Amino acid sequence: MAARHKSVETKYMEDRDKVLRGLRRLDRRTFLKVLGASAGAVMAKGLMPPQTFQLVNVADASVDKNASATGAPGTAPFTFAYISDTHMYVRTLNQRFVKGAVKAVEDVNALDPQPDFVLFGGDLAQTGRPDELEQGKGVLSMLKAPVKMMVGEHDWFYDMGEKWQELFGPPNYSFDWKGVHVIVLMSVHEKDFWTARKLTPAERMDIVAGLDNPIQSRFEVGDKQREWLRGDLAKVPATTPLLVFSHSPLYKYYRNWNFWTEDADQVQALLKPYRNVTVIHGHTHQMLFNQIDNISFYGMLSTAWPWPYAPQGLPPLTVQMNRADPYDQLDGLGDGQVDVNKDGLADMVYNLWDRNPVTVPAQYLRSRGNVDRPPAPQFASY
Amino acid sequence: MISKRIIILMLGATTTAAGFAIRSALSYAQQTAAHDVPAAQAGGTVVMLCDGKTSIEVKHLQPGQKMSRAQAQAVSDELMAKWKGDHPGDRWEVAQSSPATDSPIATPGGETFHGEKALGNAPTAAPSLAVQQGDTYASFQPRDYKVWKAETDKFVAEGKRVFHDAKALGSTIGISCDMCHPDAANTHPETYPKYQVQLQRVALLRDMIDWCIENPVKGKALDPNDPKLRALEAYIYAQRKGAPLEYGKH
Repeated sequence: MAARHKSVETKYMEDRDKVLRGLRRLDRRTFLKVLGASAGAVMAKGLMPPQTFQLVNVADASVDKNASATGAPGTAPFTFAYISDTHMYVRTLNQRFVKGAVKAVEDVNALDPQPDFVLFGGDLAQTGRPDELEQGKGVLSMLKAPVKMMVGEHDWFYDMGEKWQELFGPPNYSFDWKGVHVIVLMSVHEKDFWTARKLTPAERMDIVAGLDNPIQSRFEVGDKQREWLRGDLAKVPATTPLLVFSHSPLYKYYRNWNFWTEDADQVQALLKPYRNVTVIHGHTHQMLFNQIDNISFYGMLSTAWPWPYAPQGLPPLTVQMNRADPYDQLDGLGDGQVDVNKDGLADMVYNLWDRNPVTVPAQYLRSRGNVDRPPAPQFASY
Repeated sequence: MISKRIIILMLGATTTAAGFAIRSALSYAQQTAAHDVPAAQAGGTVVMLCDGKTSIEVKHLQPGQKMSRAQAQAVSDELMAKWKGDHPGDRWEVAQSSPATDSPIATPGGETFHGEKALGNAPTAAPSLAVQQGDTYASFQPRDYKVWKAETDKFVAEGKRVFHDAKALGSTIGISCDMCHPDAANTHPETYPKYQVQLQRVALLRDMIDWCIENPVKGKALDPNDPKLRALEAYIYAQRKGAPLEYGKH
């Protein structure tokens, strides 16, 4: 039997994805070659920029990945994908968020070659109910690549992580991958605000789920886990690149919305001896990046809804994404990939649905914004 | 023995029917300092002005009896005449605007609101003699401003409640405004009215609120006079206090 018939649109989108993925991996000479080829394809289809996949911005991503003179020991470059903040209610109540998560799973499954693993960035569920978490596990089980799970506050505060841990194991762990030491943290512990108020589990969850609800406490990694981290790092030499995953940003962005980790400074101090550290976090639902000393930070996109940029505290290196169009329910959402280079530093790819993807090369942050600046938004926050 | 009955009349620019004035004055008396009313000397009832000093005895009024409107007005006039006689050249509004009358107002619900912005323009001190007096505005006291602020805050707080409550918004899919707009961020009420391409017309803030309720929230659009819509507007505007008005901005 013949291969399944593909529509013109499907073929076009497949070509587009292939070109975009390819461009990120090219040196300059090959880049120009592919650019010429894609321009030819564009002409053949009678399409003209900017309505095509011939992206000028992608030229920014054509940096030589091996040029960095950090002297880190040999790390084999690898790519992992991410999906984050799916916030799924049970599908009988709300199908939209489930559809978003499924769309991200399809995106990742379409990657060729497949990523080494998929980081799930937390907030799988919206209200932390066992049926939401089980449904979420079902959606993620459709992924072809192995999944590394991280927990978010929406998964935790209904039963204080009981169901999540039953499904996915301990919330903090570490592993080594192709010369990089990878650490997954549980950064959304909160000091007890519920016992004295005699709150039910559902009330506690609702308060934490409200980003602007001031009753809750601030997120923290906590003394116990910081001790665990200290012990975990004791075995890791300072020349080893570190990749740290946390749900909340491991720095202080905006306190009122818990775009914040209360003990971030202490965690950063533990990471300080390492030359190349990259922190990938969820929770903020926006293109967000920061550099503090030796640590590069990247926020992940959500598949459920975008958050506005906070009124204060935005890291100066962050280039805002365009304001989300309320008339397009996929706008401002997406998933993405992280390309880990030979030196262990990471290029972040924001695969924004219904928009051109944006790559933030490691060199942009490491140069403090001097090179490889991502394109500026047309419509920044009000 | 003659029982001592206390009646304190509130006099001022807004004095209404005497019966009403007596009732409200009694509740007012309960929350302010007790006035020492002299005993009746001629078998009538002593009526005291709310300055706590000026009083007359109404001889024809026995305990338990009610006055007609005309009688009450006559008593009021007589009291004020007596006060004016005792205070030649003084104005009642100025004389009564001492800090002692500025009793605290309970905030509705007894709570303060996150993101609450202080209301401006309330005078912090009583007007002095050097200030123009006698018109409607000049006769409002700090207590009045407190009442208005409490009422406005209550309205804003109701808007905040609806904004954060998927059920109150009528959402069929568990979505509330705050999920995309924490602290009403990115609602930019100061940019309306403006032409909204997708609506093919000039939109007001309420049009966009209704659009959001119908679409992402999946509820039913609210009537422009619906108390919920009015409260939502109040909350959203309150969060953007100080932002310059820029109608038409995109």
